[in-house]
Formats: sequence, structure tokens, C-alpha cells
Amino acid sequence: MWLTSSSIGRKVVMSVTGACLVLFLTFHMLMNLVYVYDVMVSTAAGDHYYDKVCEFLGTNWYALIATAGLALLVVLHFVFAFILTAQNYKARGKDRYAVSGKQPVHWAAKNMLVLGIIVILGMLLHLKDFWYNMMFAELAGAEGQYAPTAGFDWINLVFACPVIVVIYAVWFCALWYHMTHGIWSSMQTLGLNGKVWLNRWICISYVWATVIILGFCSVVVAAIINNGGFTGC
Amino acid sequence: MAENILAPELSKIPEGKLAEKWTNYKAHQKLVNPANKRKLDIIVVGSGLAGGAAAATLGEMGFKVKCFCIQDSPRRAHSIAAQGGINAAKNYQNDGDSVYRLFYDTIKGGDYRAREANVYRLAEVSNNIIDQCVAQGVPFAREYGGTLANRSFGGAQVSRTFYAKGQTGQQLLLGAYSSLNRQIQKGNVTMYARREMLDVVLIKDNEGVERARGIICRNLVTGEMERYSAHAVVVATGGYGNAYFLSTNAMSCNGGAAIQIYHKGAMFANPCYAQIHPTCIPVHGDIQSKLTLMSESLRNDGRIWVPKKLEDAKRLQKGEIKGHQIPEEDRDYYLERRYPAFGNLVPRDVASRAAKERCDKGYGVNGTGLAVFLDFSDAINRLGKDVVADKYGNLFQMYQKITDDNPYETPMMIYPAIHYTMGGIWVDYELQTSVKGLFCAGEANFSDHGANRLGASALMQGLADGYFVLPYTIQNYLADQIQVPRFSTDLPEFAEAEKAVQDKINKIMAVQGSRTVDSLHKELGHIMWEHVGMGRTKAGLEEGLKLLSELRKTFWKEVYVPGKADSLNVELDKAVRLLDFIEIGELMARDALHREESCGGHFREEHQTEEGEAKRDDANFMYVGCWKYMGEGKEPELWKEMLNYQEIKVQTRNYKN
Amino acid sequence: MGKENFLNVNVKVWRQRGPKEKGEFKTYRVEHVSTEMSFFEMMDTLNEQLIQKHEEPIVFDHDCREGICGTCSLYINGRPHGIDDAITTCQLHMRKFKNEETITVEPWRSAGFPVIRDLMVDRSAFDKIQQAGGYTSINCGAAQDANAILISKVDADEAMDSASCIGCGACVAACKNGSAMLFVSAKVSQFALLPQGKVEAARRAKAMVAKMDELGFGNCTNTRACEMECPKSVKISNIARLNREFIKAKLAD
Repeated sequence: MWLTSSSIGRKVVMSVTGACLVLFLTFHMLMNLVYVYDVMVSTAAGDHYYDKVCEFLGTNWYALIATAGLALLVVLHFVFAFILTAQNYKARGKDRYAVSGKQPVHWAAKNMLVLGIIVILGMLLHLKDFWYNMMFAELAGAEGQYAPTAGFDWINLVFACPVIVVIYAVWFCALWYHMTHGIWSSMQTLGLNGKVWLNRWICISYVWATVIILGFCSVVVAAIINNGGFTGC
Repeated sequence: MAENILAPELSKIPEGKLAEKWTNYKAHQKLVNPANKRKLDIIVVGSGLAGGAAAATLGEMGFKVKCFCIQDSPRRAHSIAAQGGINAAKNYQNDGDSVYRLFYDTIKGGDYRAREANVYRLAEVSNNIIDQCVAQGVPFAREYGGTLANRSFGGAQVSRTFYAKGQTGQQLLLGAYSSLNRQIQKGNVTMYARREMLDVVLIKDNEGVERARGIICRNLVTGEMERYSAHAVVVATGGYGNAYFLSTNAMSCNGGAAIQIYHKGAMFANPCYAQIHPTCIPVHGDIQSKLTLMSESLRNDGRIWVPKKLEDAKRLQKGEIKGHQIPEEDRDYYLERRYPAFGNLVPRDVASRAAKERCDKGYGVNGTGLAVFLDFSDAINRLGKDVVADKYGNLFQMYQKITDDNPYETPMMIYPAIHYTMGGIWVDYELQTSVKGLFCAGEANFSDHGANRLGASALMQGLADGYFVLPYTIQNYLADQIQVPRFSTDLPEFAEAEKAVQDKINKIMAVQGSRTVDSLHKELGHIMWEHVGMGRTKAGLEEGLKLLSELRKTFWKEVYVPGKADSLNVELDKAVRLLDFIEIGELMARDALHREESCGGHFREEHQTEEGEAKRDDANFMYVGCWKYMGEGKEPELWKEMLNYQEIKVQTRNYKN
Repeated sequence: MGKENFLNVNVKVWRQRGPKEKGEFKTYRVEHVSTEMSFFEMMDTLNEQLIQKHEEPIVFDHDCREGICGTCSLYINGRPHGIDDAITTCQLHMRKFKNEETITVEPWRSAGFPVIRDLMVDRSAFDKIQQAGGYTSINCGAAQDANAILISKVDADEAMDSASCIGCGACVAACKNGSAMLFVSAKVSQFALLPQGKVEAARRAKAMVAKMDELGFGNCTNTRACEMECPKSVKISNIARLNREFIKAKLAD
């Protein structure tokens, strides 16, 4: 299978999974903006549009399949990242340079694995904060502090804690860096690039990554405003 | 001394009219059938345009080829450095070009010292070369309409030079290299890189005729001696310009293989014809290791000049003023002045001598007084900087990297330097040397350029030999060898040759003197440039010969080679080559001394017109001077191949009107 | 010419007897180096000094010394071909260095390029990749007239840019992944852009990539270090084209 046996194939897997994850993040961010809308227009408890979105996604078959698919994407992206890194390390040879490379290489491009690990760790925290309390709780029929579909309340709860907010800030930064390289890089790997498009794709990468991250940040800021500051962990 | 004249039939020039000779030859030559081709081995030494193309084409035909190069890859042969282009008589520009005109220009450019039949064949196959290279995917420059573009080169009044930016040699070599790779992949060619041929092995056949049957190599990585056998040996190892130490040749270019086969009976022809290229970056100091060529194509748009006034030149030499500060009316565009018809595009030998003449008179423009200007300000004003950059950008960049001067703003400085050697191993029409089964192709042979080579003709000759000539003519020889089984390298002839090489190496290693190889090589270079350089005299050449003989003694007394003989040893490689360069130097000086005339790249100061132009002596010297090795310490014997011009009227070269 | 100055430099050089042996740095002092000298001329001077002291000279690859053969391969102060853009080592001049500077000189380091001795590495892997498919399968002698194939100037120029690769290996040396993608893509691109090469474009891309992988070169992660160091300014748009050609070929299988 060329996707696993050839270098370009493995990179195609990284690109496709990565691109899908970027699309997911875009969708996720758009969905979260509903929460910001709720805060902005001060919808009354029980009428939160965001809760309706959560309810709509809930544990429907399509949401479950999408979640499983998403998990598969993450696992593939993660596993291939390690395979590629291990191979690349070996390809560098036993003796290393005494003076490391002086090329002005984009910082993110050199540190995709580290950034990726931070992203994964952040994701685990995020899953514990939300997915465990929402989709998992609904599936398991567990009783939590709030109802599994009460997305609005869960967000308020999580971002009441300043430590969590700081961790999320670091996570967002890593995600932003990861995407600024990842988006154009995936297009390059898929061959959808050229002399003219290279700079366009790089520009698109920055804009897209920034929009996604600003969207997520707006959720956190909205939550802090809604909570009237940090109310404790 | 009785004259030794080579019997005309030895040159094997086919019967018939000039234009039909090659066709006739091909129609009547012997061929080898496909089943027999598989049983025949051919050694090709050298992987440049001639060697690489020959190895690939012979492989395509089905022969089993062993190809050798001293570089780490066949792609690095020095053909790669040719910049300007390759000539062909396509007449795509509709400017009146034809096979005959290319033939005529080449003979005339060579100052009527080349063999008519060979040159005509060269012009004839030139068109096939372009077709072949385009089919290989060589990205020649094109017009907007999609057709191939051409530019002009020295010595021609038509635009017949095909080019790929300033990297034509590279692209053509990579074309040959790609064909070679295809045959390596198919198993028809086995490539041996980082190997240096140190001797050819001759074996007597049943009738007692000695034939080339193999080579002895040194593996440059392990230092081991290796033996290889074959039914025929092709030597395509380039020229011997590095005898001058400073030249535009690559550091590893050497005349070793040529000298080895000369020792084994191949005659060395016209060694004194060395081309001095007019547009090289001037020498800057004693430690300099190499001279860099600026392509002749620059003379399409660049104008060469020195100041008219001696005082301006003095101030330039002291660095008080820059070239662009000298007003137009005080500039002497001496090529345009002396040669109105060809102007800056006179052949290389003429342009070089004219530069030397100006500098000798004190008009040189840099600190050493050994440089002239090559100025693009006119072209930039006329065409715009962008057009100039598009045409010559990479050359300008190269110049700037080396000199730290920006040629867009201040004129380039150039001076002549040793570039190419027209002389080489004598070959007949079939490219076979005077040893049976031993062939010689490309710059290594003497065949096509006479006393001076025109720009963009080296690539043409290398590829003509490799793609279109040798693969045919070698069959005419091999057709008689199909009954001969493959040779074992355990034969006593191999052991003997290897021992001789080993003994020589041991002897070099045993000297343990105090001089480095490079210091001796530089000394050789000085002797050669001083006494066998651009302007030669009887007294100078005699002095040169004396100095060369002393240098050889110094070598055997003083040379120091560190390390061991049986491992990687760069100094040893250089020492072995240096010995051969000294011998080549002697051959050059001897040939130059005997040739009492001026022609092409050989300029004897005693033989010039009042205007300082070269004066040929057709009555006495219209021949190829072939030197036959007579043994160590003995003077070589001169044999003459008389040149017989049937088609062309021999004239004095005239580039004035 | 620029103004000539003289420098004293300390050259810290990697010395290694053979591929299997352990190497180490040794520092040598070279005095009165003219700024007009090339880096190799400085190395020549150093070697002359070593030979005079009956030490073995430093072994390094070099040949044409005019930036086209691709033989030279030194990693100087953290950059392949040294501290200048779009040059080969042989085009590097001493005017780029400061007086009393310590210059660190290392061989190309990559699993694909084992060290032979000192600064000389074995780049035969590049030849093997080319042998796998870097050609058009035509025999000599049968070609049609050169102008029978019309090629747009734009395509021809772009193919020429790709074809200007000199096979020096700086791309691999600069890449943190030891990837040879720029090298392979340059050849694949040259042929993919020309009608002559299109015929077997799919086969070529697959064969060359397979050989590249087999020889232990790494995976491209688009850091662009290769194009920053390429002496001939070969661009990563070639890599995009290689990816496209390869994926297209695999999807068609």
C-alpha cells in the first residue's frame, strides 16, 4: 500500500488527516460561536441556542460516526507523525552537525512534533472537560453537575478557572503555530501548490489559523465576561 | 634526418566526394550482429560528453560496456563546465547556414590545420546531435513560438549556437548521463566511479599484432590496483590544459591516460596547439588554484576595450580611477578597430593575442596590468538591464561572487587563460589510434579543430564522437573480433602492466623529499606559461625544454607524498598526474619548437606579419605533427600526416573584412 | 575587485579516517589569508602546511572550482556551501570571514551520504536514484527534427530552472530529515514539464521515489531549508510537482 510504504504516501496520510482536522476545527469553532452569540445577546437560561446545538449533535448516529472518524483521524495523524519523525531521525545519520543549521527556517516547520504533542495534551484535557461530561456522559447515562447537553453551563464552569485558561492559551498558541505550517504544507504535499500558489497558501494558512484561534479565544473571553471574572477552579 | 611521412591510407579516409564520404563509410562498414554484440566488451575511460555518450550509445546497441571516471559520479565530468553553447548547421535562423558553411568555418577557424574529411563529418552530424539532445529532454532555450533559439559565437557570421542559459555543457552532459543511467539500469553498462586509469594493457593476437585489451586502474578510494579486460578500449579523458597549472580546466583534469597510451604506441598529434581563451577572470595572486572562464557568448553584447591613453591605464593600474570614469572618446575598442568585419566576435586565438598585445604595451587595466575591460554598458543602454540579465544573469552573478564587482555597474575585467587543447592523441577517420583496438574520442584526440577551436565546437565534437561516430566505427573493428573470447585479467600481460604501475608508484612514494606536489606543479605552470604560452620563441622554447628536464629531475629528488600508496591518497594521485604533465609539457615545447610558423593557438613571435597577425607557412608545415614515443629518456620521433585540402581553398585567415 | 585584506583564521575541521572509524574535530591555524582567496585556496594553503609538517592533508571533494560540477560539499559554520546564498563551496571567498574567526568545517551529514574520509562523502545514492528513472527512454539515432516539437518558452525556461540542479547534495545536507526530495523533484519536474518526458512521467516518478526511499533518505516535511541552501536556487515548487506526479501515478494504478 503506497500510503504506508512510500515517503510521499505517508505524507499524504498526514496531509489528508491534517486537512480534515483543520476542517473539523473550523466547524467546531463556528459551532462555538453560537455560545458567544448567547453571551452577547444574553439569552435566558434554558433558551441558550448553544445548548440546542449540543442537543442536536448529541449522541445521534451521525455525531457518533463523525466522532469515531475524528478519533481515527487524530490517531492516524499522531501515529504517522511518530513514524515519520523516527524515520527522519534515522535518515539524518549517526553523527550530527556540531554547528546546527543556520537557515532561517520557519520555527513551526522545525517543531511540528513538539507542537503536535502539546496539541494532543491540550486535546486530552479538553476531552476530559467537555466530551467526557457531555457525549460520554450521555452514552454512559452518567449523572454530572450539569446535563450532558448543557454546553453553555459546561463552558462557563471550565473557564471559571484561571489555570485552565492559561493552559488553553498555551494550547491555542501551539495549535496556531501547528496550523500556520500545516495548512500550506498539506497542500504542498498533495501537489496542489506551485510557484504562484506557494505564497498564497502560506498567506491562507496564517489567515485561516488566526481566524480559527481567534474564534476559540472569543469563546474563552466570552465565558470570562459571562462569569464576571474567574470564579474558581 | 629523413622525413617520416605517414602513408595516406593510414588515415583511412573513405573514398568519394567529401560530402559523401561518411555516408559511403556507413554503407560499407562492417557491422556486428546483436547476438555477437552481447559477447563483446568495451572499456570506455571518461564519462564526459564523448565518453559518456559513447558508453551510453554502445550500451544501447547491445555491447557490454565498462565505463570509468575519476570523479565520484559520471555527471561531474568537466564537459559540465562548458557555458555558451553547441554549434549545429540547422539554419533555423534562415541566415544562410549550411553543413558546408559550418565545415568551412571550422576549417578556417582551425587555421587550415585540420583534416577535411573529419571536419565535414562533424558538420554533417551536428544536426543529429541537436535532435538527439532535444529528444533526451535537454531544455534548450526557445523562442516564444516554441522553436529553438540561437545565438552567435566567435568565428562565424551566422547564429548557429544552441544554448541552455549559460549552462549548455551541463545540460548536454546531463543528457548523456541520463542515457548512460538508462543503460546502467538495464545492465548494459557497468559504471566504475572514482577510478583512475594508469595504464592500457596490450595483448598480441595470433598473428602477433598487439591490440588494446584492457586497462589498469587505481581505485581512488581504497588505493587498490584493479584490472579490467575488454575487446576494445576507448579513451575519452579530455585535454591536458592543466599542464599550465592555472587553466579553466577542473582540478582533476589530466593528461595521464593520453601519456600512458602514447607510451604504448599511440602517437601524440599537434601537442603545441593549446587554446587560450580570451575571456577569463584575471589572475589575482600566487595562491590561486584555478581560473574561471566567462562564456564567449558575452562577446555577443559585451565590448572589449582598454584606454587609449597610457596615463589612463597607469591610473587604472594604481586603482586611482574606475573604468566607467574614462570617457567614450578615450576608449580603444581594439577588436572593433582591428577587425571591423568580426569585431568582438573574432576567434579566440585572435582575441587573446590582441589582449596580450595591448597589455604588453602597458594598457592593462588592473593592478597586475594583465586585464582588459569587457563592457556591457552599451548593451544595457540598448536592451535594458532586464534583457541583459535574462541573457547573462548567471554569468554576471558568478563574476560578482568571485570578484566582488558588479558587472552591471562597472565593466568586467578579463584576461586570456588556457582553456582547451586542440592537440591530442592521433586518430584515423575511425577514431582509432595507432594501436589496434584503442580508440580516442573528444578533446583527448586531435582530430577536428586544427590549430584553433571555434567557440561552441567542443560540445559538438564530443557529442559527435560519442553519439554518432565512434559507435559506428568501433563496429568496423569489432566485427573481426567476434571469435575472440573474453579475456582473463590473470594473463601475464595484465600482471606485467600492473607491476610497472605499482613500481612507479612505489618509486614516487620512496622519494620522501621536501617539495609538495602542488609547488612542483606550479613551477611547471610557470615554465609553461612563460616559455610555451601565448607568444613563443625559439630561444624561449629551448630554455623551456631545459627547465622541464630539470623539473623532472627535481621531482624525482624532491617530491614528498604523505600517506600510503595502498589507501586513499590525493597527493599520490596528483603526483602521478604531475609526472605525465611534465612529459606533456616537453612534447608541447618540442612540437612548438619544430613548428616554425604561427597558426591558430600556436604563435611563434618570429613568424608574424607587420600588423602582428599570425603568419602560416603552408609550404612547409601543412601537416599534422605526430610524435611517436621511442622509450624513456629518448627523444620522440616526428611523423607527418600531410593535410590535403581538396574542397577548400587554403587562404590566409581574414577577420578584418 | 574589492579591497584586499589579510586574515588569520582558525579552521576547525572534521577528521575521520574511514566510514567505520570514529571522527573528531581538529583545529588548525592559517595566517595571512587574503580576502581575495577562495575558501578552497585557503584549504589548499592549510594542506600545504600540513604536508610540510608531514601530516596527512585534509581530504575534501572539489573539482571544477567554478560552481557547476557539484563535487564540492562542505558544511561551513552551520550551512552547506557556507555563509552565502546561491553558491557552491568553491565560490565561497575569504572576504566573507572575519579576522581571528573560528571556522567550523564538517562533511555533509546524512545516512544517505556515508563519510569516506574527513570531509569527503559518498553520494553514489544520487546516481542510483537517477538510474531508476531519470531519463527519457529513447535510443540514439532515431530522433525527429528538433523543431518538430514545439515547447513554449515558459515551459522550457521552467524546465531549465529545474534541470540546473548540480547534484551536490546540499539539499540533503541542509534538511533536518535527510530528505532528497528537492534533488529527485528537480529531475522529475524537468521531464514532467517537457513533452518528451511526459510519456513515461508516471513510471519515472514512482521508480525514482521508490529508490529514494529504499536508500534511506528521509520524508519531506516542507521546512524549505533545502531551497534556502540550493546553490542553483531550485525551488520547492518542484517538490509540489513531484508530489502531484507521484500521487497521480499511484491513483491511476
